[in-house]
This record gives sequence, structure tokens and C-alpha cells, in this order.
Amino acid sequence: MPGRGDRGRVKEKPKDAKGTLRRIIAYLMYYKWIVLFLLLCAVLSNLGNLMGPRFAGKAISIAEEGYAQGIGHVDMDGVRYYAFLMLAVYISSSVLSFIVTISMARVGRKIAENMRRDVFEKLMRMPVSYFDRHQAGDIISRVSYDIDVVCTSLSADVIHILTSLITVTGSFIIMCTISVPLVLCMAFTIPVSIWFTRRMGKITRPLYSRRSASYGIMNGFAEEMFTGQKTILAYAHEEETVRQFSEINRNAAEAYKNADGMGMIMGPTIGMISNIGLAAIGMGGAVLYLNDVVGLGQISSFVLYSRKFSGPINEISNITNEIFSALAAAERVFQLLDQPEETADVPDAQILENSHGHVEAEDVSFGYLPGKTVLHNLNMEAKTGQTVAIVGHTGAGKTTIINLLMRFYDPDSGMIKVDEKPHTDYTMESLRRNYAMVLQDTWLFQGTIFENIAYGKENATMDEVVAAAKAARIHNYIMTLPNGYNTVITEDGGNISKGQKQLLTIARAMLYDTNMLILDEATSNVDTATERQVQKAIRSLMKNKTCFVIAHRLSTIQNADQILVVDHGDVVEQGTHDELMADKGMYYRLYASQFD
Amino acid sequence: MKLIFRYLKKYKAAVGIAILIKLIGTLSELLLPYILEYIIDDVVPMKNLTMVLLWGSMMFAVAVLCRTFNVMANRRAIDTAHNISYEVRQALFEKTISLSGPAFDRLTLPSLISRMTSDSYNVQSAVQQFQTLCVRAPIMLVGGILVASVMDFHMASIMIVMLPVLLAIILFVSAKGIPMYARVQQKLDAVVRLMRENITGIRVVKALSKETYEMKRFAKANQDMKTADVQAVTVMSIPSPLMQMFINAGLTAVVLLGASRVNQGLMKPGVILAFLTYFNMIAMGVMGLSRIFMTMSKASASADRIDEVLQTADDELIFIEHKGEETESDEAVCFDHVSFSYGKGSERSEDFAGEKRESAVSDITFTVKKGQSLGIIGPTGCGKSTIISLMMHFYDVNSGTIRINGKDIRSYDPRELRKKFGTVFQNDMIFQDTLKENINFARDLKDEQIESAARSAQAQEFIDSLDEGLEYEAAIRGANLSGGQKQRILVARALASSPEILVLDDSSSALDYKTDAAMRKAVETNYPDATVIMIAQRVSSVMNMDQILVLDSGKCIGLGSHEQLLKECEPYRSIYEIQMGAMRQ
Repeated sequence: MPGRGDRGRVKEKPKDAKGTLRRIIAYLMYYKWIVLFLLLCAVLSNLGNLMGPRFAGKAISIAEEGYAQGIGHVDMDGVRYYAFLMLAVYISSSVLSFIVTISMARVGRKIAENMRRDVFEKLMRMPVSYFDRHQAGDIISRVSYDIDVVCTSLSADVIHILTSLITVTGSFIIMCTISVPLVLCMAFTIPVSIWFTRRMGKITRPLYSRRSASYGIMNGFAEEMFTGQKTILAYAHEEETVRQFSEINRNAAEAYKNADGMGMIMGPTIGMISNIGLAAIGMGGAVLYLNDVVGLGQISSFVLYSRKFSGPINEISNITNEIFSALAAAERVFQLLDQPEETADVPDAQILENSHGHVEAEDVSFGYLPGKTVLHNLNMEAKTGQTVAIVGHTGAGKTTIINLLMRFYDPDSGMIKVDEKPHTDYTMESLRRNYAMVLQDTWLFQGTIFENIAYGKENATMDEVVAAAKAARIHNYIMTLPNGYNTVITEDGGNISKGQKQLLTIARAMLYDTNMLILDEATSNVDTATERQVQKAIRSLMKNKTCFVIAHRLSTIQNADQILVVDHGDVVEQGTHDELMADKGMYYRLYASQFD
Repeated sequence: MKLIFRYLKKYKAAVGIAILIKLIGTLSELLLPYILEYIIDDVVPMKNLTMVLLWGSMMFAVAVLCRTFNVMANRRAIDTAHNISYEVRQALFEKTISLSGPAFDRLTLPSLISRMTSDSYNVQSAVQQFQTLCVRAPIMLVGGILVASVMDFHMASIMIVMLPVLLAIILFVSAKGIPMYARVQQKLDAVVRLMRENITGIRVVKALSKETYEMKRFAKANQDMKTADVQAVTVMSIPSPLMQMFINAGLTAVVLLGASRVNQGLMKPGVILAFLTYFNMIAMGVMGLSRIFMTMSKASASADRIDEVLQTADDELIFIEHKGEETESDEAVCFDHVSFSYGKGSERSEDFAGEKRESAVSDITFTVKKGQSLGIIGPTGCGKSTIISLMMHFYDVNSGTIRINGKDIRSYDPRELRKKFGTVFQNDMIFQDTLKENINFARDLKDEQIESAARSAQAQEFIDSLDEGLEYEAAIRGANLSGGQKQRILVARALASSPEILVLDDSSSALDYKTDAAMRKAVETNYPDATVIMIAQRVSSVMNMDQILVLDSGKCIGLGSHEQLLKECEPYRSIYEIQMGAMRQ
């Protein structure tokens, strides 16, 4: 497919690594006392591991002394004493390290939980338009994959790096006290290592960003195709889809190879630099020894500490892969968190309670894309309790009107008023709460039928739910199910038909007691026998409510107080059924055409 | 786990070479300290600068060599890991996309998505780590034990006694870990499901201001996942410190035993010191080994989940060897006493579909001749869509036979069978692509075919009103199209290849009557050879069909032409009267 080919490739610019790091640390800071405590434990544990050999050494010295005096002269009590100390130190060190590992893993998971929560809560605050532009699979990938990468790295690496830093600093100080000239011999490795790490960072970070992004693309594609699996099967489209996926998959694998392939150069190279440092110590030490600057013993212990110095550096450079990929993954999470949210409520926004249902639109124009107006200068007034029917050809802009009323989108110009005030003066939540809505796309979630109907009303009782179901004429059907109202509906309504879903969402709206009602092609999927019953119910529901109805059944809307005939984003006719029929205009033609 | 080994086996040469190179790299790395020791202990006291420089350069060379080998080995390991993960993902995708209806229902969409996104990743990182980690640890372990045994067998026996205990701990814990990680992934399924629900239903959530409620619902799933994860991680954190403790206890034993042997004059004290060094080496080996196993246990849980999909038998659908050929008869679609219920093969007790549709359709019999049309009408949930699923062999009938062109559908290759159809499902998908591609659907159709289909589907007018025309990019799930526009594109997709059988399942529900009627007329005129099967709610949509099947609760309660049914089928007549009456009111 054209246009799909370049979907698998991404050009991600490296972003602000320091900023990303700072934000990860901000998550960590929430647990700063725990982390600090664990750091202390880790240091103590390391200390214990260092003390152990010292006690072992003491015990061996005793053995040596005894050995020098001949068989049976070893002070076994002394040996046992140090052996006991050794064991005590080691056991406490193991316990400490156990605490550190477990607690840090917990902290990592908690941070992951917090991140997932933040992402989800962010999604809830995002405008509807975001979801029209982003693949569900890509968003899910950020939650399931990227956050996992961040948290794994946090659990494993943070304490590791911090203790390593302490060890490195400590060893360096001791090395300096042993012999400054020897330090100078290997000193060149430090700037070289730093320089190399920074350089590699510059090269690899964008690669890791690309890696995470390509993974997101792949997951987005997979999610979309899995969702449309039946259609793909029906058109024997599997091979082509698999081919497309292969391309995207290949790109992801390549992005991985590039990033990891580059990233893993780091560990061995830093290892090489420190090994060369060792060689320099050997050679430099020899020269210094020949010039009587240092003694052999000094060189030996210096070497011992230089290993303690370079060991952690090697280890850190070996996990730079993880760190970079965690940074890239975190970037994608933060990028989502930085998306603009729904327009905030104006300061001192009012809470709209029990609206009278008086809605006006004044010169409202709107386009989903800049420069492409789909609704021109809409003017209308719906007085309390009136029914406004919106009719017109498919795609004429009817759904757009609903989007604007609900503030899923805000108009480019003009104003919508509710109860004589601009509806932006109310809090978004309270405004929406005043509308009951049955949408074109029915939506159910995994939960019992009871929960699905009671969705709009907190603390709804079974009686209320049953009454709503009865009103929506779905009660009898529910009762035929073995578990009645406790029957669990699978995600997306599983195998229940569109019509039943529609009835359930109508029941949901019935329970949601408001003064304004929006029906968007609500009854078009219900079979006609049911529809007639539903219409009766809806008519009673509509009583005393201001209603906006989009439907193709002209019979439903001919009793409307006002009919808006929309064509290409313009309201071309406006009036009652009788008036519009008398005009013999577009409405008349629409009406007549149903008997073609 | 089997999955990982299966793929590793496939790349055994590459893995072998990588491990071999890594072996050289590791050995040279281990060599370096000895050279340094030699320089300091033996060369420097000789006060021979040339020799020092010589050995120094040797170290330098070994360091460079060591890096070269390590880089080479790692690069190969990465290549193999990503080749394997590419293949695993490809196999998983291929399998998922062609899963049969019952299997797809059983595995559920959110779980399939998280298997694709998360599990495949776990496997990949394990394969990569396996190759780099599994060299050093065994070398240290085996090398340490060998040298120590040669030095003093009595002392070495301390480790030899301890080793089985340590290995048992590793194996026990990593086996424990597999089901725990499987649970984590299950909880992830729930997180993914909630995310999807909210992403697809965002308008409803917002309209009802249920954001806070949804956050709570998500918080619960999120917490469940964290709890499962913490549990798994806690258990997996046990071996490492525990083994450290064991080994250090062993060290203490070495010191004690060593001292007493020295006391008895059986051993020199220097040996104890050397032993401590080797013990450390062995300890590192054991720790490395435990890390490998811990990684593997996480990956193993994921691998099993992937394997579960891959091993889903293709034969969840029944195929039979040539039972009849396509005949020249004029019979296009024939249902012969067909009965079917969902439920079968569904293991979940709360399964809604399974319980509800004890019998989705029963004893359905009809024949549609080539070029003729069949309308299916009936109340919601009466089994209309099931007939389509059966006809296209997404599910198997429980009894009876379905024949297309005189041939049992079970003897068709499913792809060949489905190619005969042009179908619009209820809730069908618009993909994120151009309108043209959405119609073409990678069938290499000619522009004329696409345009003519678009025209017949009454989509031309709105396509023309777009600046980009057919190149207009549809948003995700067709979010930038109205319901009616989506349906027209879907019908165009079904028509474009001039299919033998055109199936329209409630595909005009969002269209106004006029468009609906115009579409039906255009299909009749422009695709006269197509056998049409149309499911509808409106009598007006099906009343001109050659035959109409009236369904109620999965049973056929009427079959015949509009006129016949008006006379003979009471329920049909009443539907008709209600609808027409409603219009005339």
C-alpha cells in the first residue's frame, strides 16, 4: 500500500535528555527517603563485603603464625573468633542486600504504577481529537512497553549506579593516598572515558529514541489489524497484511540492532580503556619503582584498588544500553504527558446544575482542520423542553453540531449559550453532565449488564436499573440470560449484536436523568418492532427535555418543534415539519424520497 | 520456554559462533590481571625496563584484542536476538491474523495485543542476555572448581557439596517464577483492555463525565498488575542474596577447615588465601547463572503465552478433503439444515456469548441462485450475522452443510472461499489509510473498478467534495468520517472486486432512505451477476429481493418473496405494517 511503506520508519529527533532525566528523578524523589535509606543499606552491605575478606585475612594470619611454629600451634580459638565475625558480617550484608534488591524492585514497580496512572489520567483529560489522531496500539505500547523499560532500569540500575559512584570515589581517594604519581600514570583514562561516553551518548541516544518509536509504530499497526481481523480474513487480505507487518517489523528489528549494536560498543571499549590504564600502571609503576619513587608493596595495593576503581565503571558502562533505552522510553511517556489538555475551565467557572435546557447557537463556525470549515454560521435556538431535529444527507455536518454542543470541540467563531450564558462559562464536567446522550457508536465495557446500564449514575439501585431497562424494552431479553443483570459483557460487547448494544445504551441514557438529551442516529440499528417500542419510551424520556435528535426516520422527527436541514455545513432550511413540507424544498424532497 | 529453544536451535550456528568469540574475549579478559601480576611480581624486580615495556605492550595488545572480540561477540548476539525476535513477532502476527473465530474469541483481543507488544519483547531481551551472560558464568564456575579441586580436593569438597544446593535453589525459584510472571502478564491484559475500552469509548466517557470513575477502574487494574509484579519480583530477588549468604558461609567454612588442616600440617596457609580467590570466582559464576535463570523465567512465561497462540491448532475449523467439486449448477449459496451455537470451545464460565446463544441458529435451509438476491430480516439478536459468519467459514456448523457453488465450504481453502465474497460487516473497520486504499484493500484493483464501486456505493459525491478526493487520508477507525460516509466506503470496498457473492450486513443503517435506495439500485444495475445477501432492519431495504428469510431466535419463520411473505408470514406482515405505517403517520 502506498503511504504505508514509510510508516515503519521514524525520524525521531533526540530530545532533551537532561530534562527527561530530571523528570524520572522527580518520580524517584517521591520515594527519596526510601531510596536514601536503601542507599545506606547498600553501602553498609558493600562495606560488609569488604570487611569479610579482612576478617578472613586475620584468620589466615593466625594460621600462618601457628604454621610457622609447627603442627598443632594454630590458635584455633582465634581462627574461630574471626570466622564467626566473618560469618556475622557476611550474613548481615546478605540480609541488607536482600532488603535493597526487593525494596528497589518495589519502588521501581510503584513508579511504574504511578507512571501508568499519570498516563491514564492524562488520557482522560485529553481532548477527543487526540484519540482521532493516535493509534490505540501506540498509546498502549507506551504503557505496556516503554514504562516497563523505565521501571526495570530504575529497579536495577539506580542503587547500582549510586553505590558504584561511592566505591569509585572511595577507591580514587585511597589510590591518591597510596601514590599520587601512580594515579597520574592512569589518570588519562578518566577524561578519555568521559569523552568517549559523551560522544557515544550523542550517537546512540537518537538511535534509542528511534527504537522506542518504531516499536510504538509496530504495536499501533498490530493493534489496528487485530481489531479488524475479521475484515482481513473476509477479504483474504492476510498475506498482504503480513507483508506490511513484515516491513514494519523489519524496521523495528533494524532500529533495535542499530541502537543496541551501537550501544554495546560502550562496555567493551570502556573496559579496554581501563585495562590500558592497568597496563600503564604496570609500566609506569615499574619506571617509578626503578627510580625508587614507589615500593613494590605500594604498587600491589594500588593495583588492588585500581580494580575496585575500574570495576564499577565497567559495570556502569555495560548497562548504558539500559540507561539510554530507559531514557528514550521515558521520553515517549513524557511526550504523551506533555500533550495539550482539554481547554481548561475559565477561572471561576460556574457549575451548571439542573439546566433549564435553553440552548442557543450564534453564528457558530467550525472546522476540524484549520482552513476547512465544515459548519458555517449556525444559528439556532432551542427553548426549554423543545425538540430540535437535525436532518440532512450523510456527512452534512450533523455530528459536528453534537461535538460542539458537548464541547468535544470548541467553535472557531461564534458562541453557544446554555441558559443565557456562554457554555464555556460552566465547568466542562457540569455542562456535559446536563446532557444525556445516545451516540452513533454504541460503547459498552467489560462488566455486568447492571454496571453498564448504571454507568452514568453513581449509586444507582437495582430497581432504577430495571426500570430503565424496562423503559428501553431490553428487560425481557436480559431476564432470559442465565445470570440476568449480572451477566458479564465482554469487551466491545463481544458477540451481542449492534441492536442489543443500542438498547443497552438507551437504557443507560434513560437512567441518566437530565434536562437535555442528544440522540445521534440512535434507533437506526434496532429492528423496527423494537424500534416502535423504543420510540414510545424515548418519547416519554424526551418529555420536558430539550432534545437534539439526529435520525433518518423522518417519522421520529416530524413532531419536532424545530427542524434544521443541514447541507454541506449550512443550515439550508429551518422550521416545523408542516412549514418545511409547504416550502417544497430540500426537506420535502428528503421526505418524499423515503418511499422511492 | 520451548519456543525460545526452538528458535535458538534454528540459529545454533550463529549462537555457537557468538559464544565461541565471547569465550575468547572472556578468556583474554581473565588473562589480563595475571599478566599484570606477573609484571609486578616477577618482571619489575628484575629491573629490566625493556622487559617491562614488552609485557606492558602485551597487556595493551590483549586489552585491544579483548575489546574486539567482545564487540564482535555482542554484535552477533544482538543480530541473532533481533533476527529471532523478528521471526517470533512475524510468526505471532501471521498466526493471530488468521486465527479462527472460536480461537480469537477464546484468546481475546486485548490479550492478543499484549502478547504482541509485551511478551514478544520479554522473549527478545532474554535471548540477547542469554548469549552474553551464559559464557562468563559457566567459565568462572567450571574453571574455579577445576583449579580448586586440583589444589586441594578436601577443601574443594566444601564447594562441591554446596553446589547442588545452590543449583536446586536456582531451579526451584525460577520454576516458581514462571507462573508468577504469567500472572503479571495476565494482569497486563486487563490494563491493556481498560486502555482500549477508554480510548475507543472516550466520547461516552466524556459525555457522561465518567473520567474520575474510569480512573478508579484503571487504578484497580493498575494496582493489581503492580501487586502481581511485586510478588514475582520479590520471589525472584530471593536467590541472589541467599546464594551470596551460602557462598560466604562456605568461605567461612574454608577458613575454618583450612586453619585446622594447617594446624594438622596438611596444608600451607597460602592455599587458604588462594582458595578464597577461587571461591569468589565460583560465587560470581553461580550469581551469573542465577541471573540467567531469573531472566529466563520471566521470558519463559511470556514465551509460553506466545506459544499458546502459535500452537492453536489450525484445525479448530474442520476441513474435509474434496467432497464434491464446484458444479456448473446455478446454485450459488445453499444452507442445508444448518444448526450452530457459539459457546463450544469457550472455556470461560462468564462467557456471555456462550451462555446466551445456546443455539444461535437452528435448522436453517435455503438456496440462493447465482445472480439472485436474498434478504435476511428479523429482530435484533436473532442470528442474522451468524449466518454470515458460518457462510464465510469463520465458525463451523454443528450440523448440516453449507455449499457454495455446489461444493461443501469445508472443502475449500478458506482464502479461496473468502475471495468469492465482498462483505460489509456490522461494525466493520476503516483502516488508517487513504480512501482509495481502504477500497482497494491491496487487491491491485484498477482505478476504474475503484471509481465505479465508489459511484455505486453513493460515495462519489462526498469523495468529490474532498480536496484530496480518493487520496483523502482516513483517520484511525475512520474517526474523520461520519457513520454514513464510513458505510459507503465499506460498501465500495465490498463491490470493488466485483465479487461473486455480495454480503451486506446492516450496511445502510446510517444512510438515509434516499441514499440507501439509490445504492441498492446502482448495485442491481452495475453488478448484475453478483449474488446478493443483505441483512437489514428495514423492510424497504429487502422487499425487492428475490427471496427474504425471516428469522426469529435463530429459527426460520418465513422464506419467500415479499408478496408471498405478506400473505403467508404473519410476523413479516406486522413488521411491514409497523414500518410503513410509521412512515405514513
